[in-house]
Amino acid sequence: MKKLIRDPQTVVRDALAGIAAAHGDLLRVQTDPDLIVRRDAPVSGKVGLVSGGGSGHEPLHGGFVGPGMLDAAVPGPVFTSPTPDPILAATKAVDGGAGVLHIVKNYTGDVLNFETAADLAGAEDIAVETVVVDDDVAVKDSLYTAGRRGVAGTVLIEKIAGAAAERGDDLAQVAAIARKVNAQVRSMGIALTAPVVPHAGTPSFDISDHEVEIGIGIHGEPGRARIEWEPVDGLVRRLVEPVLDDLPFTSEDDVLLFVNGMGATPLVELYIVFDAAASLLRERGITISRSLVGSLVTSLDMAGCSVTVLRLDDELKALWDAPVQTPALRWGR
Amino acid sequence: MSGALGVDWAVDWVRRSAAAVGEHRAELSGLDREIGDGDHGENLVRGFQAVVAKLDDETPATPGGVLKVVATTLISTVGGASGPLLGTAYLKGAQAAGDSESLDAAALVAVLTAARDGVVLRGKAEAGDKTMVDAWTPAVEAAAAAQADGGDAAAVLAAAAGAAEQGAAATEPLVARKGRASYLGERAVGHRDPGAQSSAYQLRAAADAARG
Repeated sequence: MKKLIRDPQTVVRDALAGIAAAHGDLLRVQTDPDLIVRRDAPVSGKVGLVSGGGSGHEPLHGGFVGPGMLDAAVPGPVFTSPTPDPILAATKAVDGGAGVLHIVKNYTGDVLNFETAADLAGAEDIAVETVVVDDDVAVKDSLYTAGRRGVAGTVLIEKIAGAAAERGDDLAQVAAIARKVNAQVRSMGIALTAPVVPHAGTPSFDISDHEVEIGIGIHGEPGRARIEWEPVDGLVRRLVEPVLDDLPFTSEDDVLLFVNGMGATPLVELYIVFDAAASLLRERGITISRSLVGSLVTSLDMAGCSVTVLRLDDELKALWDAPVQTPALRWGR
Repeated sequence: MSGALGVDWAVDWVRRSAAAVGEHRAELSGLDREIGDGDHGENLVRGFQAVVAKLDDETPATPGGVLKVVATTLISTVGGASGPLLGTAYLKGAQAAGDSESLDAAALVAVLTAARDGVVLRGKAEAGDKTMVDAWTPAVEAAAAAQADGGDAAAVLAAAAGAAEQGAAATEPLVARKGRASYLGERAVGHRDPGAQSSAYQLRAAADAARG
């Protein structure tokens, strides 16, 4: 294992020190418990937004802390949900009197720990609403699974709900916007290689040079099926079609298309993926009026990508375009 | 009351659990790597090391007090799904143990039952979903049967441990319906559930501590 780390046990803490050093204009980092908090939090009268989860998905979530997006991010150990204590601490740190929204990716551990923290916050008279993100169409939502996972769509929810909070929406309204985005966003991902978790030191799964894993999650957990590698247009079709068929998206739709890199795939390939995905959307008469390309919800050093499509309306477009000032997304100000 | 188990047993149980997850760290993470994300051993070792450190600082007066320390420490150190789930098991077990200075066979059955019910409530999993419930439920049933047959505290725990081990092994042919392994569908078949296996190690530790 070749990594730019000091010690597998201190990876998260060491990265937090770097985040603090690089982005002190936007956020502050606390340790014990470990938190990334918007510099001016709590913002009086504004709904606070807290998200979090295992580390290894950077810039998610800490890179999205700042005006117009999250008020705090709670980084757990690599690929492991944070415990309730830091989530509670983050909730208290951002409560400006208008309540706090928890944005939680639908993984069993994240849901259980955020649920416990929300109970504890409730006991301290902080109003908490929770939105569970489950945009991954690769997982069948049925009684027979833990339900769809929260993947790259999380970024869009954090941005749009963050803009709603910033314009002064109350807790119920911000939660409703977040749920609306979750209801209209769909994603699916693919892995070309497996990530290497620092404390494990070996790839999270075995995959040969001529195979790809379709329907991958963001924790190195295997996906829905293992298939033979094929050129990019074929692979992108395998992602885009299930995404479009699921909602389903129709020729009336105006959408945001987001191509996300999983960590080790270069931007030049992500643009090829975007081109392939955009062609497929155009074939169906779908209008792409907003776009996003980049490695924003990663799985350490896994190679691969995901495709996310969000159905837009005028309100969502306005909230998407609203100013945001975070380490990883910044525009309009 | 002959054979009832006190606070020394509870502390010994925790130390043996810590030793067992330490010894099986790689195995547990390996099982988790096959159908999850490969960190179950690491997470439990971190949690139980913290529990042992707390008990080194201060030993509670009752078995229930010890279980409560295990619960709160695992909830605040393990993370993932297993932290809240196992923590809830120990918390409910602690509540069932109450302030008793020692636990007899019937009290232990009540503790194990409460622990299992806590996991079921928190994780919403049922027997057969390929989760730690598949170790806990047979353990509770075997413990109750051993007590009904007149077994003492040690016999109840031995029965629970044996049934948990069989229950963990019996998760291998199952398709997972909860947790991360559920995303794999049929591909989870043939792999043992890591949470069931680590639960079996903890119950074996309880039984070994009772034998002294």
